[in-house]
Amino acid sequence: MSIMTYRQALHDTLRSEMLRDENVFLMGEEIGLFEGAYKITAGMLDEFGEKRVRDTSIAEEGFTGAAIGAAMLGLRPVVEIMTINFSLLALDQIVNHAAKIYGMFGGQARVPLVIRTPGGGGQQLGATHSQNIELFYAFVPGMKVVAPSTPADAKALLIAAIRDDDPVLFLENLSLYNIKGEVPDGDVSAEIGKAAVTRKGSDITLIGYSRMAHVASQVAAQLAESDGLDIEVIDLRSLRPLDRETVVESVKKTHAAVILEDDWLTYGIGAEIAATISDGAFDYLDAPVRRVAMAEVPLPYSKPLETAALPSAEDVIGAIRQTLDAVGRRRYPMGEKS
Amino acid sequence: MTTRARTSVATQSRPTTSPGRPTPGAKPDVSPADRELLTGFYRQMMLIRRFEERAARAYTQALIGGYCHLNLGEEAAVVGLMSALRPSDYLFTNYREHGYAITRGIHPNRVMAELYGRSDGVSKGWGGSMHMFDFEKRMLGGYGIVGGQIPLATGAALAIDYRAGDEIVLCTMGDGTTNIGAFHESLNIASLWNLPIVYVIINNRLGMATTVDKASAEPDLYKRASAYRMASERVDGLDPVAVFEAAQRAVAQARSGKPFLLEVVTERLRGHSVVDPAKYRSDEEMSLVKERDPVHTFAAKLVADGLLDEQELAKIDEEVTLQATEAAAFAENSPFPDVSTLFDYTYATAVANDSHRLPGQPLFEPAPIPDYGVNQ
Repeated sequence: MSIMTYRQALHDTLRSEMLRDENVFLMGEEIGLFEGAYKITAGMLDEFGEKRVRDTSIAEEGFTGAAIGAAMLGLRPVVEIMTINFSLLALDQIVNHAAKIYGMFGGQARVPLVIRTPGGGGQQLGATHSQNIELFYAFVPGMKVVAPSTPADAKALLIAAIRDDDPVLFLENLSLYNIKGEVPDGDVSAEIGKAAVTRKGSDITLIGYSRMAHVASQVAAQLAESDGLDIEVIDLRSLRPLDRETVVESVKKTHAAVILEDDWLTYGIGAEIAATISDGAFDYLDAPVRRVAMAEVPLPYSKPLETAALPSAEDVIGAIRQTLDAVGRRRYPMGEKS
Repeated sequence: MTTRARTSVATQSRPTTSPGRPTPGAKPDVSPADRELLTGFYRQMMLIRRFEERAARAYTQALIGGYCHLNLGEEAAVVGLMSALRPSDYLFTNYREHGYAITRGIHPNRVMAELYGRSDGVSKGWGGSMHMFDFEKRMLGGYGIVGGQIPLATGAALAIDYRAGDEIVLCTMGDGTTNIGAFHESLNIASLWNLPIVYVIINNRLGMATTVDKASAEPDLYKRASAYRMASERVDGLDPVAVFEAAQRAVAQARSGKPFLLEVVTERLRGHSVVDPAKYRSDEEMSLVKERDPVHTFAAKLVADGLLDEQELAKIDEEVTLQATEAAAFAENSPFPDVSTLFDYTYATAVANDSHRLPGQPLFEPAPIPDYGVNQ
């Protein structure tokens, strides 16, 4: 067990997987000489050379498609798309090709491809560089989409993604690269398609992933301290497949849920979770399921506007209090409403 | 091949005789190997012709669904290109692909069964007309999205290069595809990385109805390679031998580690797909196209050169027509895929919580209705 950043966990895992399997190689814009826009691939060009650490032209459709084609012949490319916003340029290759090739040809060709890409707002990068559009990929059967929130999961899910024979979109987050956490040593893989209950509780369930899994944990710890609340937290970790069972089992126990998401509310992943709870735990709910999500605007540059548009811990706390009010649990010291 | 130069001599110009009216007594100096090669070309071209005609009939009988794009008029191009490949080379193509599949060596029965959506189809009925795939024959797909195959083919060439293999990739596309971003991104990458790939433009001068002149600012499509410092060539796609020889040059260059762009100028004898009556083409244009029909022209040339006589042509026709008929019978008798296989090909690596829900099923089993004692 070592303490390291999310960035370091990604870097070390890429390196160890490349040492383990010579079919694993990296492609992307500025990942070699520049060492990656977010320095995940620092030192890799020197160690592995140009054959296995390929700086590409600025051509997301071209190089992502080339990675898919290489994967069809049995290589295991790990593509870095500088931010998830730029993945839109490769949408046809990801959705119409990577996700379809196994099924469309009756199981004759596999696409063992990983696309690593960060999402995340809050960095004043403006409307086109701040989106969380993992939903676009999570919508598509044939894709696997994982979103680790901790350094340990970054390692375990990256190992799983690289060794998986299907295309995996591996969602990172700009605000998570510098967080630190314990990372198990050795060859520790995680199971794709499984959520994690990261905090046990009985009063209400918080559901999030990536950055919002952290916000959920922080809020749960804070309200345990301030209000004596016993909150359960679920980190989805995998957006496709979606672990509906873990969500539903939790809500059956807590009878209330607040969903946290860093993207727009309408048609979002929170909507899918809310529908899942409705389908699987309708009779157990004591209050409507709440969603805390981004304001429905292109994200502005100016800091006060950006902050107002993004979901915060305070927004989550407010939603929890309103939900518990609706439940009618007056036994909690609920601030001004209690 | 050793016979190449002599083949060139035997076929260097378009025939001056009308189809079906050979010059009697012509006996050019043609070796037995060349004779076999050329009659083999003709047989393959005729097989595509009769197969596609049979497919068109089955489509109008509603035995084939979806879209159905035929290689009619492109027989010489298909046969010339495929003949230049080794069995170990890879082919990526688009949705107008039945002829490629057959000429690559996939049994016509399996190609027709795919058109019929049957379990013996080359993609087990999952792909249809546009998505045929056979790893053994190294046909790595027909692709329905215009230009979608180009980055993939480039990546396959990258994989060959990565492993220092001696295979090459041949990637075909239509003329309209050269306007798509993926075309330019891929040629740029292939040239930068010296990938073993031949890009082939099948230029039938029409998108659906939009002409090359209206779609491409550089209508001499092979010239587009110059932007990527890539060698290129344009060839008469109605002459299988010319295509074969040009493809051999292109393939040799790719095998030496330099990509190549080959433009093959063909004709489309029918509409864009089976259902398109092509009303946008004049009667004059169509009669000219029919006059230039590559199958008829090549037959006339073989007769004129004394390589085949009318009787032998008729025999080949009879044999390939039988193959097409048998393919249709095979397809009709092949079972549809079992509905129980619906969830077999979503993922190659089994994964937790993969959904196997059918449209009418709930996500979760409904909770039992509480017994309040009022329904008794």
